[in-house]
Amino acid sequence: MKDAMSQETEQSSAAEAQPEFAESSDQYKVKLSMFEGPLDLLLYLIRKEEVSIYDIPTARITEQYLEYLRAMQELDIGVAGEFLVMAATLIHIKTQMLLPRDPDAPEEEIEDPRNELVYQLLEHQKFKGVANVLHQRATMEAAAFTRASMEEDADNPEVAATIFQLFEVFKDVMDRRRAISEIEIARDEMTMTEKIAEIKLMLNDSAEVSARSLFERARSRREMVLIFLSVLELVKGLVIRLTQSEIFGDIVIMKREA
Amino acid sequence: MTVDELRPIIEALIYVSEEPISLKQLAAILEGESVADIQTAADQLVEEFNARGGGLEVRQLAGGYRITTRPEFSEYVRRYLKSQPSARLSLAALETLAVIAYKQPITIPEILEIRGVTSTSAIKTLLDRRLIVAKGHKQVVGRPMLYGTSKDFLIHFGLNDLSELPNLEDFEDLMTS
Repeated sequence: MKDAMSQETEQSSAAEAQPEFAESSDQYKVKLSMFEGPLDLLLYLIRKEEVSIYDIPTARITEQYLEYLRAMQELDIGVAGEFLVMAATLIHIKTQMLLPRDPDAPEEEIEDPRNELVYQLLEHQKFKGVANVLHQRATMEAAAFTRASMEEDADNPEVAATIFQLFEVFKDVMDRRRAISEIEIARDEMTMTEKIAEIKLMLNDSAEVSARSLFERARSRREMVLIFLSVLELVKGLVIRLTQSEIFGDIVIMKREA
Repeated sequence: MTVDELRPIIEALIYVSEEPISLKQLAAILEGESVADIQTAADQLVEEFNARGGGLEVRQLAGGYRITTRPEFSEYVRRYLKSQPSARLSLAALETLAVIAYKQPITIPEILEIRGVTSTSAIKTLLDRRLIVAKGHKQVVGRPMLYGTSKDFLIHFGLNDLSELPNLEDFEDLMTS
């Protein structure tokens, strides 16, 4: 039976710990976010009534305590079991206080029935005080920053290289780059116009040119594409004619008679 | 090495250490040097940083030394880090933590007895934030888990050790006075 009273909301701070009460003529209006538990409520009542914690007027405080529980219930705030246990304890103490003392018992043997509760309240109070100090300390501490963590990678040992090794690596990279650019230049040398001229020249020398042999002479994939496109261009321009004697057979390129 | 020679080395070590670096750790690195000299040098650093009035300070935290920025400049540091102050602990969590700090090792039922209210969610928060740790089982029926504060607790609250916790008895007569 967890409820709004004892729910431990994480964002509420110590500063908001002070319970907020608005006293109206007939009943106490209880605002939410107040008592951590029955001991908190009791401490609040003792302070409000300005009575001594060591000499609690049990009847008065019990009455007030029950009044609050009733108010909570009226406001539909479920009352946690702990609050009810405390109510029972208070009533028990109250009745014990009313019982006549054994007149024959020696003075020091008479134990005040409130003692245990007083001890509990004092303990609780101490921890409340300490909690406040801790809160302040944490706030102070959160204002001091440490440096950001350094990158530590065990799999990646530190680079240990001389300037000469660095130069070697640089030279390798440059050589590779040069090789690449040489290929690029070779590619750029051949254009479609040149290829068309080349095919025309071949057809001047011989009446028929095998398409297969033409492709076989290609040195690169790009040149093959270039030959293919050139042939298509020549067909379109009615410069050449293609014949094929059988299916999947060789295609023969011939000059078209003007 | 003399204390004057040790001091800058220790400063470097405190700087690189992720966590507060203890005298024991320093002594292990500075093999053969006297622990007393190391402590003197480290304590001199604390004073030196204070006297300089710079943006950093050397502090004794969780049994070690640590370099941090000064709290008064936190606004600027936060602006740079674009960080928000981390979520504050609820009063319930703080009270539970206080009980654990003073009464450790302690079981959950024992905490309930002192606080008069169950603390389950507070305990969970504290465990999640690693402010408390399990410290074994109590050898009674049911063997309930015992809890105590962690090293992170000391760091979080700026304490060198548990003896620096405020005196509980100082809060005894708050109400009666």
